[in-house]
Amino acid sequence: MAASGKDDVFAPWLDAKAEPLIKINGVTKRFGDFTAIDDVSLNIYPQEFFALLGPSGCGKTTLMRMLAGFETPTTGVISIDGQDMSTVPPNKRAVNMMFQSYALFPHLSVWENIAFGLRRDGLDKDRIAARVEEMLKLVQLSKFAKRKPHQISGGQRQRVALARALAKAPKLLLLDEPLGALDKKLRQETQFELMDIQEKTGTTFVIVTHDQEEAMTVASRVAVMDHGQLIQVETPEVIYEQPNSVYVADFIGDVNLIEGSVSSLAGGAELAWAEGRAPLVGQPGAALTTGQPATFAIRPEKIAISTEEPQDRRNRVQGKILDIGYLGNLSTYHVEMPEGPVIKCEVGNRSRIERRDFTWEDEVWLSWSDTAGLVLAR
Amino acid sequence: MRRLLVAVPYVWLLVLFLVPFGIVLKISLSDIALAIPPYTPTLDLAEGWAGIRAFFSQLDLENYVFLTSDDLYWKAYLSSLQIALIATACTLLVGFPIAYGMARAPEEWRPALLMLVILPFWTSFLIRVYAWIGILSTEGFLNQFLLWTGIISEPLTILNTNTAVYIGIVYTYLPFMILPIYATLERMDASLLEAAEDLGCSRVQAFWLITVPLARPGVIAGCFLVFIPTLGEFVIPSLLGGSDTLMIGKVLWEEFFNNRDWPVASAVAIILLLILIIPIILFQRNQQINKEAEQ
Ligand SMILES: Nc1ncnc2c1ncn2[C@@H]1O[C@H](COP(=O)(O)OP(=O)(O)OP(=O)(O)O)[C@@H](O)[C@H]1O
Ligand SMILES: [Mg+2]
Repeated sequence: MAASGKDDVFAPWLDAKAEPLIKINGVTKRFGDFTAIDDVSLNIYPQEFFALLGPSGCGKTTLMRMLAGFETPTTGVISIDGQDMSTVPPNKRAVNMMFQSYALFPHLSVWENIAFGLRRDGLDKDRIAARVEEMLKLVQLSKFAKRKPHQISGGQRQRVALARALAKAPKLLLLDEPLGALDKKLRQETQFELMDIQEKTGTTFVIVTHDQEEAMTVASRVAVMDHGQLIQVETPEVIYEQPNSVYVADFIGDVNLIEGSVSSLAGGAELAWAEGRAPLVGQPGAALTTGQPATFAIRPEKIAISTEEPQDRRNRVQGKILDIGYLGNLSTYHVEMPEGPVIKCEVGNRSRIERRDFTWEDEVWLSWSDTAGLVLAR
Repeated sequence: MRRLLVAVPYVWLLVLFLVPFGIVLKISLSDIALAIPPYTPTLDLAEGWAGIRAFFSQLDLENYVFLTSDDLYWKAYLSSLQIALIATACTLLVGFPIAYGMARAPEEWRPALLMLVILPFWTSFLIRVYAWIGILSTEGFLNQFLLWTGIISEPLTILNTNTAVYIGIVYTYLPFMILPIYATLERMDASLLEAAEDLGCSRVQAFWLITVPLARPGVIAGCFLVFIPTLGEFVIPSLLGGSDTLMIGKVLWEEFFNNRDWPVASAVAIILLLILIIPIILFQRNQQINKEAEQ
């Protein structure tokens, strides 16, 4: 409690002494000659809320199934809590999984579904009953204990699946797109519920999702995957602000990408992007050399828009407004450069007058600070 | 138009079930006679109202009373029940693993496997039962094979025993057991078994706790589909069974064709039908429950 502010930050991955709960070491998984997981190494720490993010077919489910024990790695080692898992079957792992399809047992009531795992452990009746009641309360389903899965709503089913997976108090809970079937509002509510439950129980969660917003909301760290490889593993802030590649920048959130070549690396990276235009200045990404083709990445909300040329900023470009989108809390402007590229910029609508400043076909200036953009190798 | 459509099944029921049932019921209440047809009374509408009255006054329950006086009949009913129960259990034991194997086979094989199960229906039932005589008789293929392998030194007597009857029934009714079980198993979501394993079940436990309960509707349907026709089965016991194989279908046949006692035979048939109504109603209810559960 008395710890200083800095120690309160939960970041065991920065602590060399912290012992990871899951160690994935050089794991490759092939189906026939198709490589679903390609030499992945990853540590996940106790009490993390870890999100796997990536396009369909990139291997998220496969990685989860290897953690649960339904698939064995072709090469490499997975250890959980210091124990090599290669010969441990799913029923002997302190890991529970919430299935994408929920996989509730249709012939058992909600109560019996939640009790299922506890009964297998041979606990006595009273302890099972107490634990099931506790779980029902946690997911607010006490009233539905006697119903069969087909007698409750989709959202309730999903909560039963969560309760069932949590009942055995696993060290690790795997959630494969747990919120996929819910509408947006229920989804957001459930995300916060999940975070709440994760905090209350102290269980380590690994969640698979398609939805980058969801990953950013719930996760302590996010792994962005593509074609069976980990592209970047970082906190949501770093993933958003400091993507290590064009792929990640493009996958997470909105981004403007301007192609060019590195003209200088003295004092930030400079990118020459168009004949006769001043280079764009941004933070250099990894492994940049002068003269190399690169991409400038800048988030729309970091760009300011004005009618006057902003003399104090090095990054400024002029263009013509092509399109205006009014989204209530903010407005987006699509501005076309004379050289062709269209840059999107987002401006918050603080007063109602503000958005009237610009209209279609206006010549405007876009500008941003030297540290707002990133120069990423291609 | 709508009424007409609704009427179709009722007309069907009337013509194909209630009318024959009424005729058999009437014969069962008649007396045996040396005539064509071999029972009396017959309804003579020419004599008008008096004729109808005379006709009904001659009907009585004599034949049913007779059935209780001769222990052959109730023994035959009991023995049929016993054979039907045991045969159903055997069919289940053979059918379940086959259905299970089919449901877990690679998807592209399943239509072919289903075809193989149904294929025997394409030849005559009678021919297939006769084929079993060739297999099971003392000089049959089975005995020859067993003698050749040296497992036995004396030929086994299988034909004309209850064992042969069981073999015949299991063989004949196996598809009726396999198909409904296969249908339930095939629909089962494979992730349920993974979920069970994930929650601490071994494979064997998952089978008993998940697969078997979920297959239950199919098992029940299959058992009824085998049990109901087996109870009145006549061809198999008379071709494969021995003189001591007592089944009500055989008794019925003998009453009709050997003794030409149509009234007693009809009474036997009516009782058999009454016995069958119970499992048929239970079967219907099972189907109903399943349908509701699926919605
Ligand atoms: N049992 C299997 N046999 C052959 N290929 C498989 C098998 N399981 C998965 N794959 C392949 O491995 C790749 C990764 O599959 P996986 O299910 O892990 O994707 P995913 O990232 O979970 O996708 P989604 O977001 O659509 O769920 C896919 O191309 C898939 O076709
Ligand atoms: Mg998946």
